[in-house]
Amino acid sequence: MGLLTDLRDSISRVVDRLFSESEPKRIGIYGPPNAGKTTLANRIARDWTGDAIGPESHIPHETRRARRKENVEIERNGKKVTIDIVDTPGVTTKVDYKEFLEHDMEKDDAVRRSREATEGVAEAMHWLREDVDGVVYVLDSTKDPISQVNTMLIGIIESQDLPVLIFANKIDLEDSNVERIANAYPQHETVELSALEGENMDEVYAKIAEYFG
Amino acid sequence: MPEATASDSTSDGVQIDLFSGNRMANLTSMEKIRLILDGVRDGNIVILEEGLSPDEESKLIEVTMAEISPDEFNGIEIETYPRSQTADQSFLDRLMGRQSTQKLTVIGPANQIQTLHKDENLISALVSRK
Repeated sequence: MGLLTDLRDSISRVVDRLFSESEPKRIGIYGPPNAGKTTLANRIARDWTGDAIGPESHIPHETRRARRKENVEIERNGKKVTIDIVDTPGVTTKVDYKEFLEHDMEKDDAVRRSREATEGVAEAMHWLREDVDGVVYVLDSTKDPISQVNTMLIGIIESQDLPVLIFANKIDLEDSNVERIANAYPQHETVELSALEGENMDEVYAKIAEYFG
Repeated sequence: MPEATASDSTSDGVQIDLFSGNRMANLTSMEKIRLILDGVRDGNIVILEEGLSPDEESKLIEVTMAEISPDEFNGIEIETYPRSQTADQSFLDRLMGRQSTQKLTVIGPANQIQTLHKDENLISALVSRK
């Protein structure tokens, strides 16, 4: 029975995708905290709609609720795609409010922020299992990409058969190493960019239109 | 099969629970997650011979987040070797969402275990007492 149920679910997922071509694709922007997910989401939203999605910050867990920007039309090289951008909280397996105290926060504020952060991570995982059609996985190219959270999340995304693009962000920084990311996840295409400075956004949009269109 | 439990809760040492694949095979996803988190919340290091499925890992993160409490439980540190390429799988396996989960997995309290080095063949971690 399990085998038949799995097969039926798999076929149902494929059929759903085939018949929902005209619907906007919900593209989740995932990655660890402070990779630049909201900066990227804002860059895309501003470039194609004129509006931002949410506030950016160097303090981890600034985004504590998934935020959606609907009907973003991206067109490049004759390919057009309409997407809903879902900016998600950075995923982690641990949250310690004491980390926020280092950013000049009072204890009450730090505890509240950590509680909201844990709820946000759980919400991000739920979106990934249930509600996204594709994933942009954002990594800080100055950091080691083989962290457990990255390994697990990319495994989870692959197990759902979701199309995924890996974005190596922060190439404007001196320590950036895009090749390290490409070598860590050779099964996926890696696109380099600086969401903050707007570097290589033409290729970013071309890949989004190609992959998710 | 490597199934051993070192339990001496009265000592200052760190308890390590090593669960065999056979021991975990008959448990539901939530039973596995409960087993792991109950052990970790007691300050133990939990080692799974065959790891968790991606879906179980996803649920483990969700349940962990729900249980984090200031000054009591900060979450978990979890380490497995990087998952092998999906190219290793057959088309049918990928179609059915089946993925090999046979990856030794180490899980501990976030405030007691620190990863020193990790690559495709080696996980080196520092474990401190409670």
